Amino acid sequence: MSNSKILANSVDVYYGSKQALFGISMDIKEKEVTALIGPSGCGKSTFLRCINRMNDLIEICKVSGSIKVDNEEIISDKTDVVSLRSKIGMVFQKPNPFPKSIFDNVAYGPTIHGLVDSKNDLEEIVHSSLKKAGLFDEVKDRLNEPGTSLSGGQQQRLCIARAIAVNPEIILMDEPCSALDPIATAIIEELIDELRLNYTIIIVTHSMQQAARVSQKTCFFHLGELIETGETNKIFTNPDNTKTQDYITGRFG
Amino acid sequence: MNNSVAKEKIVSLRKKRSLEDMRFKYYGFTAMCLSLAVLVFLLYTIFSKGYTAFQKTIVLLEVDYNQEVLKLTPDSSDEEMEKGKFFRVKKQAIENFFPDLSKSDIKLVKKLFSINVDNEIKDYFLDNPEVINTKQQIWVTAHSDVDQLLKGNSRRDVPEDRRKLNDIQLSYVDQLVEENRVKQVFNNFFFTKADSRHPEIAGVAGSFMGSLFTLFTVFILSFPIAIGASVYLEEFAPKNRITELIEVNISNLAAVPSIVFGLLGLGVLLNVFGLPRSTPLVGGSVLALMTLPTIIIACRASLKAVPPSIKEGALAVGATKTQAVFHHVVPLALPGTLTGTIIGLAQALGETAPLIMIGMIAFIPNIPTGLTEPSAALPVQIYLWVESAERGFQEKSAAAIMVILIFLFMMNAIAVFLRNRFERKW
Repeated sequence: MSNSKILANSVDVYYGSKQALFGISMDIKEKEVTALIGPSGCGKSTFLRCINRMNDLIEICKVSGSIKVDNEEIISDKTDVVSLRSKIGMVFQKPNPFPKSIFDNVAYGPTIHGLVDSKNDLEEIVHSSLKKAGLFDEVKDRLNEPGTSLSGGQQQRLCIARAIAVNPEIILMDEPCSALDPIATAIIEELIDELRLNYTIIIVTHSMQQAARVSQKTCFFHLGELIETGETNKIFTNPDNTKTQDYITGRFG
Repeated sequence: MNNSVAKEKIVSLRKKRSLEDMRFKYYGFTAMCLSLAVLVFLLYTIFSKGYTAFQKTIVLLEVDYNQEVLKLTPDSSDEEMEKGKFFRVKKQAIENFFPDLSKSDIKLVKKLFSINVDNEIKDYFLDNPEVINTKQQIWVTAHSDVDQLLKGNSRRDVPEDRRKLNDIQLSYVDQLVEENRVKQVFNNFFFTKADSRHPEIAGVAGSFMGSLFTLFTVFILSFPIAIGASVYLEEFAPKNRITELIEVNISNLAAVPSIVFGLLGLGVLLNVFGLPRSTPLVGGSVLALMTLPTIIIACRASLKAVPPSIKEGALAVGATKTQAVFHHVVPLALPGTLTGTIIGLAQALGETAPLIMIGMIAFIPNIPTGLTEPSAALPVQIYLWVESAERGFQEKSAAAIMVILIFLFMMNAIAVFLRNRFERKW
């Protein structure tokens, strides 16, 4: 069995006076894909954004409890958010490439972290990241064109390449395929399957088929609570909880 | 309610509704026509009054560059030539302007010429020193009274004592016209000279440069401050009561009458800090204070228009907040920011009241070359000329209005260009 990479312990999140997450505890293993599923507004995105402290951007959001990444507490004022985020990449719901060239999009992360000393190194990182994201062959002749000129699916893979370029260990994906067509979705899903070999991936998804296809573990959220977590196979075939059963069979949500 | 009744109701109401549509369309159309008509009338008035200012009247004068009269020799150095007695040459030329002039006639003839003729005779000689001891026919500037008469701006049928030119002078002018010794040419003085007591040699160059220096000061002061303030308020400031108060007061400041800022400049910049009066530095500082709120509001709007997903993307790869803001948000907001700044500058360009308060209304007969030299500004120049009794200044003020309008149109065109060229659709 692989080791646990992220260990959450009774995480509570409040938006102002409204509580959004209730005592979430979770154990996420290394180099696995964990899917977070549940109806809209159940808190799965909120939980995802706790892991790289993206919730800091929301002023009224308060997080308490404990999340340990590689045994290091990250819900603390002492946490270095910048290096945390370089370790935990994130891909957003809507592709958000910078309005710069494809090359610059991928090069931005390595440049600000000072990962490269020479132009050649940078080129190397950009190329390998694009290759890992399965985009290189499609864009190798037009690296200087703006990232926003790509199709939606390509943009999303560009965002994955951008995340990979800073050499993270964990990649968070917040409904990465919700804005994409089925073909682009299939490509991204294949990519996730490949990335699993090197990265720990947590993916929020609305599509149960997607969760079933790409993940090894699945966590079901409902109304801010973690209802059930387990092997994906088991969750989708024989869940312990009746709410999970109802959700995956489409009776609510 | 059954189906047919409902249908009938819909049809009858539909007529009323489409009539409403129609009426509103006509209201809008009328309003637009009205405002267009006013604009056209305004432009027509300005243009029809002002276009003559772009021409000046010149008179052919025979000048004898006699070395005795000039007290120069062909071998004189440049310095000596500068000190030549050109006024004597001019006096002689005017005495011989018409044959057999009496002493009193000479006085009258002299008033047909601009005060600037001395300089023109001198400049012609300095450019062509070989003309010494020859007679030259040169075109020199006529007095504004002659200019206005020939342009038809002053009438000759009013009683003699209410005219600038008396009957004898009128006959001289007629004689000149007959002999083709007078003509109208492009008025380069209007664009190359500063203000003057004499309308024929008054120009907008001084006040134009003054306005440019003032706008430069405004830009240098307000652009960085506005960017700094709006970036801080938009991206870094905690959202609490104090920042809310600041925001409200920025909007309030934008509505403060400009003369109040003029008083501030007078009281603080001139009297407390002792900065030089009537200078673009002080004028620009005052106008910068006045335009800051406008620019800050525009900057914040364009910062707000940058989608948060871009900033999130930058933060997610591990950029610090400052990096995310200055690498991504600010560059994307820059076109909008620049547009807002240009609109603010255009507002500053047309502002008169605060400049009057800090003394930029002084009569400045030379073209300023720096921020700390006394100078006029275009709107104040217009104000000064409109106030002048001399008829020659009336067309000048209309022409100066044209200059400032073109200046404004150009600035707005740049703003529109920047917006279209760089604005991003999300």
